[in-house]
Amino acid sequence: MQWETVIGLEIHAQLATRSKIFSGASTAYGADANTQACIIDLGFPGVLPVLNEAAVDMALKFGIAVNSEIASRSVFARKNYFYPDLPKGYQISQFELPIVGKGSISIDLEEGSQKVIGITRAHLEEDAGKSLHEDFHGMSGIDLNRTGTPLLEIVSEPDMRSIKEAVAYARKIHQLVVYLGICDGNMQEGSFRVDANISIRPLGQEAFGTRTELKNINSFRFMERALNYELERQIDLMEGGGEVVQETRLYDADRDETRSMRSKEEANDYRYFPDPDLLPVEISEERLQRARQAMPELPDQKRQRFETEYRLSSADALTLTQSRALADYFELVVATGADAKMTANWVTVELAGALNKAGLDLSQSPVRPKQLGGLLQRIADNTISGKLAKQVFEAIWNGEGDADSVIEAKGLKQITDSGEIEKIIDEVIAANPKQVEQFRAGKDKLLGFFVGQVMKQTQGKANPGQVNEILLAKLKG
Amino acid sequence: MSLDKSDVEKIAHLARMALDESHIEAYVEDLGNILNLVEQLEAADTDAIEPMFHPLHMAQRLRGDEVTESDCRGANQVVAPKVENGLYLVPKVIE
Repeated sequence: MQWETVIGLEIHAQLATRSKIFSGASTAYGADANTQACIIDLGFPGVLPVLNEAAVDMALKFGIAVNSEIASRSVFARKNYFYPDLPKGYQISQFELPIVGKGSISIDLEEGSQKVIGITRAHLEEDAGKSLHEDFHGMSGIDLNRTGTPLLEIVSEPDMRSIKEAVAYARKIHQLVVYLGICDGNMQEGSFRVDANISIRPLGQEAFGTRTELKNINSFRFMERALNYELERQIDLMEGGGEVVQETRLYDADRDETRSMRSKEEANDYRYFPDPDLLPVEISEERLQRARQAMPELPDQKRQRFETEYRLSSADALTLTQSRALADYFELVVATGADAKMTANWVTVELAGALNKAGLDLSQSPVRPKQLGGLLQRIADNTISGKLAKQVFEAIWNGEGDADSVIEAKGLKQITDSGEIEKIIDEVIAANPKQVEQFRAGKDKLLGFFVGQVMKQTQGKANPGQVNEILLAKLKG
Repeated sequence: MSLDKSDVEKIAHLARMALDESHIEAYVEDLGNILNLVEQLEAADTDAIEPMFHPLHMAQRLRGDEVTESDCRGANQVVAPKVENGLYLVPKVIE
């Protein structure tokens, strides 16, 4: 039987605020255990939560970016369950009236086509703490520093029909929240977490099959593997005459499998109710207006601008706008006067390759935009050939200076003095009478031999265009 | 709407409350009465009424995004039954 995959994602993005969503404790990652959990985060008696306006503004930015309906009035609710990393016994979340309503985002598919994925809602909530399961004399250790860190939970419609689409959507949301500056996107540290709902149905059937929810996915690679495993498992079950059970499953990256999380099965009765400690959140027209004005250029807009403003191919524009940092780098190089197309090539091929090889992030690049711009200008004005430029690039990478000082120090300056080139060509012609004769007799291919000889004499420094031109004139003459 | 004993036991479990077996019948009746009251309220026509989420007719005040709390771990952990290396220790959680 042919099966159709149906996937919807719930993404938790930690918002990049300095302080917690309801308290003034720091959200910095990596502090000593429990040094950033204050009495509000811990739910001591008598404390009251007060909402952080930066978290609200970040949620608005996201809502604007995905063309959502922003709720002028939203409400916080208590989601009740018991777990040691949730000190209050409830999580403050949003249930009936989330701050961000229906929206959508379009994803790029491999064939160059696009697909619109619906966003059901995005709501504000607080993160829980962490349980450390190493053995503490048969007990578990609890670190509540993360408790109260603001989260935006972004819920998609079950619109994805393949694992590829699901990964593309998750990447797109990741790119967007990082562009917006509302999340650092660090999946290893848990700043961006993906839960996936997946089900299958016979191709052509309208009704959805029973879904399972996958948790514990902390990279895009694992996401793909976890979904692949789960898809196979469900197909095997159905084809073997079994049934998929609705449950939460944990992905175990070490074993590359998903496992039922039985302990939480019965706990799905959260008994939400409006949190009496928090009043409804009202978003004024002014606040929304301010958020609109603070919107940065979004990836899709930037990509279109790159295509029109710099006349880049859509593939180059897509690559360069993958991250805001890369796009900024590109524009800084172009701002030095470098040719845009050439810059695109150098940034996406030479620079990206070197960074990849060295295992460095763009922010750690030893070659600064200005230095790359200087190098590209020396190619454009024929000071050096494209081939030698790679040597110069390497030298700049190794901290040997800027393009001009490297060219000077290594004597790489291209020979463009036609008198000098002519002299060398004359020598080459004189030294190879036999080849000259063959060329004149019609063996055109020998031109390459002569060019090679000239380049050898000049250590590759002669301008190739000029060499060709003068050689042809002399050989034919 | 009526409750039975198992409903009360389930609610108690969700709230992690230990109930004295001899009190369960009384809870079945008390909680049942509350639900009956709600049922009566449901008979009222509320189509044109906006749901109330909070009894105060005010909007939530917002605070600026500033770190104002310093580390009070020592003081906060005084009430904890068990701590080690700054962590709260709890009965083992296995998933």
